[in-house]
Parts: sequence; C-alpha cells; structure tokens
Amino acid sequence: MTETVDLAVIGAGPAGMAAATLAAEHGLDVVVYDDNAEPGGQIYRAVETVARDRAKDFAFLGESYRAGAELTRAFRASRARYEPGTTVWLVQKDRTIGISRDGKARMVAAKRILIATGALERPVPIPGWTLPGVMSVGAAQSVLKSAALAPKQPVVLAGKGPLLFLVAAQYVAAGVKIAAILETGARKWDALPHLWQAWSKTNYIGKGLELIRAIERAGVTVVRNAVSDLKAIGRERVEAVTFSADGSPGRIETALLLLHEGVISNVQLTMAIPVKHAWNATQRCWQPVLDARGNTDVDGIAVAGDSGGIAGAEAAAHMGRIAALDALRAFGRIDGPTFAAMIVVEEVAQKRLLAARPFLDALYPPPDTAAAIADDTIVCRCEEVTAGDIRKAVDLGCTGPNQTKSFTRAGMGPCQGRMCGLTVAEIIAAKLNRPMEEIGYYRIRPPIKPLTVGELAALE
Amino acid sequence: MSAATHEADVVIIGGGLHGCSAAYHLAAKGLKPIVLEKNVVARHASSASAGGVRRLGRDPAEIPLAMASLELWHRMGDMLGATGDFRATGQVRVAETEADMAACAARVKLTRSLGYDFERLIDRNELRRLVPAVSPAGMGGIHVERDGYAFPFKATTAFRHKAEELGAVVREGTGVTGLDRRSDRWEVATNAGNFRAPVLVNAAGAWGGEMAAFLGDKVPIEPTALMMMVSERMPHFVDPTVGAISRKLSFKQMQSGTVVIGGGFKGLVDRITELTELNFQHLAQSARNAAAIFPIMKGARLIRCWAGIEGFTPDDLPVIGPSKAAPAAYHSFAFCGHGFQLGPIVGAITAELIVNGKTNLPIEPFRVDRFPAH
Repeated sequence: MTETVDLAVIGAGPAGMAAATLAAEHGLDVVVYDDNAEPGGQIYRAVETVARDRAKDFAFLGESYRAGAELTRAFRASRARYEPGTTVWLVQKDRTIGISRDGKARMVAAKRILIATGALERPVPIPGWTLPGVMSVGAAQSVLKSAALAPKQPVVLAGKGPLLFLVAAQYVAAGVKIAAILETGARKWDALPHLWQAWSKTNYIGKGLELIRAIERAGVTVVRNAVSDLKAIGRERVEAVTFSADGSPGRIETALLLLHEGVISNVQLTMAIPVKHAWNATQRCWQPVLDARGNTDVDGIAVAGDSGGIAGAEAAAHMGRIAALDALRAFGRIDGPTFAAMIVVEEVAQKRLLAARPFLDALYPPPDTAAAIADDTIVCRCEEVTAGDIRKAVDLGCTGPNQTKSFTRAGMGPCQGRMCGLTVAEIIAAKLNRPMEEIGYYRIRPPIKPLTVGELAALE
Repeated sequence: MSAATHEADVVIIGGGLHGCSAAYHLAAKGLKPIVLEKNVVARHASSASAGGVRRLGRDPAEIPLAMASLELWHRMGDMLGATGDFRATGQVRVAETEADMAACAARVKLTRSLGYDFERLIDRNELRRLVPAVSPAGMGGIHVERDGYAFPFKATTAFRHKAEELGAVVREGTGVTGLDRRSDRWEVATNAGNFRAPVLVNAAGAWGGEMAAFLGDKVPIEPTALMMMVSERMPHFVDPTVGAISRKLSFKQMQSGTVVIGGGFKGLVDRITELTELNFQHLAQSARNAAAIFPIMKGARLIRCWAGIEGFTPDDLPVIGPSKAAPAAYHSFAFCGHGFQLGPIVGAITAELIVNGKTNLPIEPFRVDRFPAH
C-alpha cells in the first residue's frame, strides 16, 4: 500500500523547518524530506554541529547564522517526521512524491505539499570560470560552515550582492587574507529612493554597513562600482584574475577566485511538476506564480521561502508559517478566528522584511550581459557547450532552450540545466531580440535529482 | 497572419523525420514542397526516439523497406552532407532461457525462409564476445551486423536542411486547421496563413489520424507516450544496441558514454498541451530489465527520463501510401514506435508515388483502408 502523509515538506531550510514545526504542533501528520544530513538548508548549513562542537566559530559566522540554531532546535523538538539524506526526485500534479533514501526509491502520496527548496546562486559564466580554483561564493561559504575550512592563500571575491560581503566579513573574522573585492556595478544612486523604507523597517542596512566597515577596517582592497570584463586566467588552475576598472585594465594574482552575482529561486522542482511560472524582470529569473499564502496553480501544492521568490532567511520562516497555517485551516485543524489571529502576525513580520527588497534589487541589479558573453566562454559546464555554440544553433533555426538541448546538448547533463538554463535562454533572447517570456525555459524532466538504476528498480 | 495564399508543388503536414525525409526526396526530384509543422521540427517522436536503426526482429512486412532504408542510412553522409550521427555498431537480442533460444532459432528460420540472411543465431560465447558486460544469464541470441543507431534530432534536421538547400520550405508554428480540395488543388488552412498545392502528404505522426479523417480516411490511431531514460556518462562498456527476447528493453551506450534505456514502456499523453507524463512504476520495470541484462547498470545514475508522443495502430504497422478517399493525397504516419529506421526510405517511396505514380517496394500491407470499420 502506498505510504500517505497529510503534509509533505520538501527542504529543511528556514521555510521548511518553520512550516513543519507549526503544522506538527497542531496535530498534522508532517514529514520533511531533505537531501542534507542535518537540518538548516544552505543558510543555516551545519548549524547544529557548530552549536554542539564548534561554538567558537559563531564568532566569525555571525549572529544571523546563530539564529538558525533556535529554529532548528524547535524543529527537532516538534513531532514532524524528519527524513534527512533523502532525495526528492519527482513531484507529480496528483501530489505523488518520488523519494530515495538508503539506496531505495519509494512513492509517497501527500494530501498537501510544501516546496521549500530555497535559492541557487546565479551562474556567472566568465572566461575561465570552469578552471579549478574558481568557485561560487556560496560554495566557499558552505565549506566554511560545515568544515570550518578556510582558504590558506589570499582570495579574490568578485561580483555583487549581500552574500558577497557577508562571506568577505566572515573571512576577515576568521583571519583569511582577502587580496581584493571586485565589485561589479552596485547602483547606489538607483537604490537611494528605496533607502528610507529599507532602513526604517528592517535592520538589513545597518547589518550590511557593519559588514562593510569590518571589511574596510581589515584593510581589504575594495574596487568599487566599475569592474567589468572579469576573466579567470590560468592553465591547469586559476592563477590570476584580470578585469577592467573604470576602463583601465587590472590584474591580481590569486589561486582562489570566488564569484557571486546574487541568488535566484531554485525552480527545478516547480518547473518539473510543472506549476505556472512568471518571469521576474527585476531579478531576472523565473518564479512560480503564488497567491498570498504560497499556493501554486496546482491544487494542494504550495511554495515557501526563496524557492518562491528571493526574500531571505527570516522572511522564509514567516512564509513557511503562513503556508502551514493555510494547510492547517484547510485540514480543519484550527478555527477561523485562530487562523486570522495567527496569520496576521506572520504577514506583518514578512511584509516588514520585504520592505528591504526594492533597495537591494536596485542596489544590486542582476547582470544583463548575455549579449556580451564571448563566443568561446562555456555556458553549459556539464556538456561543455559555449555561448558561440548556442548562437550557432540559433542561426540554424533553434528558437528556445528546449531545442538547444537537441542542437547542442546544453542542459542535458546531470545538473539538468541548473547551471546554464538562465544563461542559455538569455543568449537566445538577446540574439533573437525577443523577451524572456517568449523564449521560456528548459522543460525539466524527472528525476530532478540523479537516481540510480538500482534505486529505481527497487520501486514497487 | 498573411492573407496571401502560399503556393507549392506539395504540402507536407508534419515536420518530423518522415515529413522532412519526404521533403528532401521531393526536392531532390525537382519539386517544391512546403512542410507545415504545428510546433517545431522534430518536436515529438522524431527527437524523443531512442534512435535505433534496426532490422532485427522486424515484422516481415517491414523487412523489404528496412533493407532498402539501411542502405540509405549507410549513404546518409553522401546524400545529405550529414550522417545524423549514424553508427553501424550492430544490434543484439539476448536470450536468457531455453525457450528464448528456441524463439531465436524460429525467428532466424523465418527470415531465412523469406530469403533474408541478415539475422544470425549466436551462442553464449559469441554473445560474450559481442557484449562482454552481459549478465551471466545471457545464453545467446540474435546478432545483426550493419544495424546500429543514430541521433534522431540530427537525422531529422539533416533531412530538413538538405531539403531546404534544394528549395523546400519549412514553416514551424503552423498548425493545420482545415483541408479542402478545390479545382485540382489542396487548400490548406492554418493558424499562420493559407497554403495551396496540387498534392498533399500526411506525415503528422500521432496526429496523422486527424489529418486522415480530414481526407475521409478512417484510421484508428492511439497516441502513446513511449518512455526513455538516460544515465550519466559511463566508461565505455558496450558497442551494439541490445534488446532481449523476453524483456521489453532497448539499450545502447552513446559515444559520449551516456546510456539510453527504452523498451516501449508507456506514459500518459496530453494531446492538447502536447505534453507527456511519466509513469515511474513502468520505468521501474524498465530499470529492472536493464539491470537484469547489464548488472553493471545497478549503480549508474539516471539523469533524465522523457517520453515522445507516437501514434499506434491496432496491427502495430504504419500507414503508408495513397489516400483511398481523396485524390492526390499520400500518407506516411503512425509508425508505432519503430519508424525511425524507415524514415529515409519511406520519404523516398512517397516521392516516387507522387512523381512516378508507383513504387517497386511492397507497401500493400500498409494501405490506409486495411482497418475494419469501427
């Protein structure tokens, strides 16, 4: 007989943990699937281990990271069932979930599903980005959190966005030498009109300034506002980064180049179902279309946290609770007045946090540089397809990312286009001079995470 | 939308392999065909196919066509300037029991009695030599040389591009909404303008039944989603395309190292959205079949599953040849999951029928009016 559950939560980051904790508190049968070994998601990765074994590391990982420990404790104490080390490789419209754990695939029938799969870093396809020694800022931070592994040699951070400065500040606090921070075009004047709203309603600005002051106090070189033409140089691995700053060329020797151009919603799962998505022109990414409580256009499937739109960890927890309350109401576990009283608290808090978005969106606009990506730069890392290959396919009649798969194999590798989907679509859009809404995105087919033949064969 | 009517010698409905092959062969004979494709070229079966170029195990009715088609596959580069990545690595069908071995012997005896010697009975040792990674359960089977596989999308676009080079026109995003015969001309209405030609070809694949109905030919056709899966790249371990006598399996390792597994397992079709839904219980059986023949696959990571929409008839044979209800109209559709290999020759047959009024290949078994009234 098929296993059933009231509410299946996918992802144990802040949104998933908060939702599961609240829903289980009110008696719902809740299960949380997550592919990591510990709860926390990317943002609070390894927070339990740090709290238990390496509490001194909170000193450089910071207060906002420590906040994850409380959320995790409450989740662990709740009656929500937690299945770590579990891959969700399928979600169907009828709310069948395909999971795999301990080498065996199985199907679960969920009455409701909450998708809380978080964010991905926007790919940064510069020349040489596939060289060893070039990685994303987020990946470098994961290593810092889970293993306290900090680079020994001076690093260069390039790009923009809050995470870039957070990691830089963590490095400074951990004693890592930073050769330089190369900022690719923050737009202070564009952001200024949104400053008061962000400043008055959230503490993000104050926190950001603190990080920047700490970085400056440490004497780190920050090249501001005019960096372009980034290139990772090296033969076997990265040896230097070259760039243009205010039109004049620059070069810094480094064995580790960390890139970051902000984060985007992880839509692999929602695209695979598929639920309805819309193009967010400000953040230049696809997002599922959601109502105020996170519901998609598919009955019983909701999204919370950054996978539904970038809002950060704190807002994610509130969004998770809003979705949980909606589920509790649907199951009749709470009455109308209780629901109204509880949801208003979450909504007010969430709205306050979202007040900082216009400022951040204006300050750190996503790069609109698809047209400028050099022909010989690799965009699909799995299949080693270059920007020039994509443009050649367009010349041969390719009109969208799904055909690019057939023409070039871009997006056909193990990551299913996570690393190239946006870039490929933007290159096609730029070349055909058509809007992204018309170009579309890859049709994502399950399994959305690799599954072995043996695991699938074990499915009944 | 254009008010003008576009003129051509032949209107071909469907931009899959069969439509593009017909367009090439017609253009090569000096005619000007126009291909109308409601979606994009090779959207369904023609890109989702497993790409087997196989004579092994074919219905006797299809063998003469498959023999001729194989010669075109081997000449593809000369013909089109592109090979569709055809590789003649052979095909093997594995027997696992005495009963399987008897079935192999009976099959080879049958094709010999029809005058063909392309299928060869092989024993355990020969199977191991050809397919070293085969499970110890493999007792022998049938081997066919010169068969192999190609890359469906590339094969289809190879025909398309050569046809275009010779003067054919391909219109994507152009779906037929109505057909009418007026003063010796087919008037074809679409969502993107009107087209007119003296001759019509129905190469609409799973949608071919609807087009046939426009002409007055009744074909019971079931659109079906055949599912496939592909693994990550693996070290090279097998050359021929491998099937099994008593299991639904089609198994090949591509040059890149990825392994493509099919076998005719069916998912769900939504004909309106033209999307498919996979059935993982069936794919689990597909995985068990692959792992039974190739134990090495148990740990292989599957990175994607998909399905292509294909038309099936009750007798599992395609519809090829002239319309019975309408003049100057020809069918080439409903290939029931084994039309990829036949693509090159059926386009040639259609062109011969249009230009010469006849073909030397036996197409009687595929006539459109063979289905009892229903």
